[in-house]
Amino acid sequence: MTAIDVSHSGLAAARAAFRTCRFTGLKVDIAAQRLIMANAVAAVVFLAVGGLMGLLVALTRWPAVHLLPSEWFYLVLTGHGANVLLFWIIFFEIAILYFASAVLLGSRIATPKIAWAAFVLMVAGAIMTNVAVFQGDSSVMFTSYPPMQASPHFYLGLIIFAVGALIGVGIFFATLVVAHGERTYEGSIPLVTFGALTAAIIAVFTLASGAIILVPTWLWSLGLVAEIDPLMYKVVWWGMGHSSQQINVAAHVSVWYAIGALTIGAKPLSEKVSRTAFLLYILFLQLASAHHLLADPGMSATWKIVNTSYLMYLAVLGSLIHGLTVPGALEAAQRRNGYTKGAFEWLRKAPWGNPAFSGMFLSLVMFGFIGGISGVVLGTEQLNLLMHNTIYVPGHFHGTVVAGTTLAFMAMTYYVLPLIFQRDVIWPKLARWQPYLFGMGAGGISLFMMGAGTLGVPRRHWDITLTDAMHPFDLPSGGFLMMGLNGLAAVIAAAGGILYILITVGTVLWGKRLDKGEAPLTFPLHKQAATVAEYGSHATVKLPGTIILVSVFFLSFVLYYFVNWKYLSEIWLLR
Amino acid sequence: MDDRPESEPRQERVPAMQQLLDNPFLLLFIGITIPTILYIVWGVMEIASIPVAP
Amino acid sequence: MAISPPQNRLWWNEPIERVEIGWVVVAFLWGLFMFFFMIAWHFIGGQNLSTETYRITPAAYEQKVATFAEKYQVSEESGVPVVRPPVGEDVFILARLWEWWPLLELKKGQSYRIHLSSIDWQHGFSLQPVNINISVHPGYEQIITLTPTEAGDFGIACNEYCGIGHHMMTGRIRVVE
Repeated sequence: MTAIDVSHSGLAAARAAFRTCRFTGLKVDIAAQRLIMANAVAAVVFLAVGGLMGLLVALTRWPAVHLLPSEWFYLVLTGHGANVLLFWIIFFEIAILYFASAVLLGSRIATPKIAWAAFVLMVAGAIMTNVAVFQGDSSVMFTSYPPMQASPHFYLGLIIFAVGALIGVGIFFATLVVAHGERTYEGSIPLVTFGALTAAIIAVFTLASGAIILVPTWLWSLGLVAEIDPLMYKVVWWGMGHSSQQINVAAHVSVWYAIGALTIGAKPLSEKVSRTAFLLYILFLQLASAHHLLADPGMSATWKIVNTSYLMYLAVLGSLIHGLTVPGALEAAQRRNGYTKGAFEWLRKAPWGNPAFSGMFLSLVMFGFIGGISGVVLGTEQLNLLMHNTIYVPGHFHGTVVAGTTLAFMAMTYYVLPLIFQRDVIWPKLARWQPYLFGMGAGGISLFMMGAGTLGVPRRHWDITLTDAMHPFDLPSGGFLMMGLNGLAAVIAAAGGILYILITVGTVLWGKRLDKGEAPLTFPLHKQAATVAEYGSHATVKLPGTIILVSVFFLSFVLYYFVNWKYLSEIWLLR
Repeated sequence: MDDRPESEPRQERVPAMQQLLDNPFLLLFIGITIPTILYIVWGVMEIASIPVAP
Repeated sequence: MAISPPQNRLWWNEPIERVEIGWVVVAFLWGLFMFFFMIAWHFIGGQNLSTETYRITPAAYEQKVATFAEKYQVSEESGVPVVRPPVGEDVFILARLWEWWPLLELKKGQSYRIHLSSIDWQHGFSLQPVNINISVHPGYEQIITLTPTEAGDFGIACNEYCGIGHHMMTGRIRVVE
């Protein structure tokens, strides 16, 4: 840094105001805290809107209910995708990035004014796209494949949102530089911050891909560009569409580690292994965008195999590693806490009444068993033929993004509220049940949609009875049953979602203030979370419970993988 | 990235892999380059090389 | 703790637990297996999606399909030609808002070169209840070699959203002995 820079940053550092958290001992920059609050609130608002739309979609696809007329169904489905898949999740991720940089590193946040500008851009973009959707002439689905065309402000809203988010990610990197320059921490950044860094890196690729393809598409919708090649669009668009979900993976794995640390004092088994797993994400996770082009013309088998396999499944290796190290860290911590009997006392006596812990653990299990396994199967070049664009695809990504990411973020909220908003969670009895309710619903919709997709039920389809079609035919009755069960599960998930919104909003407005007095937390932190004294690797503990869990997971994975190959080998010959 | 000048005398050199993992901007660079080359550039080249129907 | 910096400055030099190493090795080998199994299926498997693709204008493709349908039409159902191409012949399917055109009659156990393209938006060829699903783009003509292995009536749904009539878009392949 030049001398001018130093004096400037010194000035900013002097101006920043901090408070010390009485629960964690963390030094919290007030400007960062306000930004985290704003982004988290926006996230919850868009979750409420998008979640409600999701319920309407599921009720329409429930054959016995068939709620909305077709125009409304396609409109609401477009809005559902944009609001939850993009707006809810990216707002929350920006909050996580600010938390993992400024708060965990005890640093001031870099350029808070620009961070506010980014927030305003994101809100403006999200509202603009929602307006376009509700005007009714932009029911093009979240993917907006050309030559189907939406209103110009549908694309413009997404572009403005992406630019805002990209600036937010830039603030994260700048904060890392500030914290490093001002020596607010010793040694390497914490693992959770490293996970957030992984998410941020993937976000840069994601948002850049989005801008690269949406800007010409916007110009095309204005009539300034003659044509958008549909195949080219699809390749670049999925650089955003799929990678944005990879930001989630990196972010919610960080959240798992963070909640493990906060609730039971878990520390990584090995910094080296966990960070290497994140490195594998940085290097290879984004290649999985090719999952969406396996059944498309023109792409060579070599391109498909290299990309869809994340270059020899190295990013899957990253996930599999976290699949061991996260429960392993939890088991090691619980054994240290005194729960040493048998293989599973540590799990039985875990704080299941703490919604942060239960939400995190359900997210971990369901992301692995449902979202993870189905993702690898769906992303296998040839197996994709069986499920491409069936409702199996939404089944898979509800397993990753709803049961995995959304549930993890909900769990995290139970600590964002007391530690950042400084309000104690209200209605603790309801809060205790919320993750189970939402988790059960989210797991249900994922499994039932996957079941229906296996039976050929198409995605984004208003009427699978095909009554009005020119050449009607019958889809298997099992598919209808599955869609009905999916509707039921969606109602349960919606109940859990509404509960989450009520608890969150209620706590922000009426929760007991924690910034004054000595009141304890309703959902306490682990005592070690308060003292940063002891950390590092934990190399001596045996982990029989984790080994059993991981073995069960691995066997399910291998079995399900081969069942699908068996199924593929029985269909018509194709070459 | 070298960061512990005087506070704590360094006994050993920081291993190369740790230096990589401690360097956010190097990670950012490779994290963007790999998917851009393997996925986007290669993918666009595949599309550009599709022949015209006979 | 995962939320604070590692205790040891040189954490890279710390030893790794045996259980972690063991799992990394198992997971890595499983990944390698899955990777090479995809490649192997190109040689041992009977179901691989062809990548033979050409650029074509929608108008030119429409013309090709019309010529094909006219040449081999055997009957008509609700105004749509039913086409029975000779064994081994090139077969054309056209996707448009909102139908798969024309209706086809194929022989079980025989191979056909099936051409797929759209003349307007993207569509999703979804053959049911076989459950073969392929994306269909305008401007690109994909050719797959298909061998029906069972007789009967098979429906084609569209599983790529294509506007307000998407749920009415169907077609049919009849397979005879």
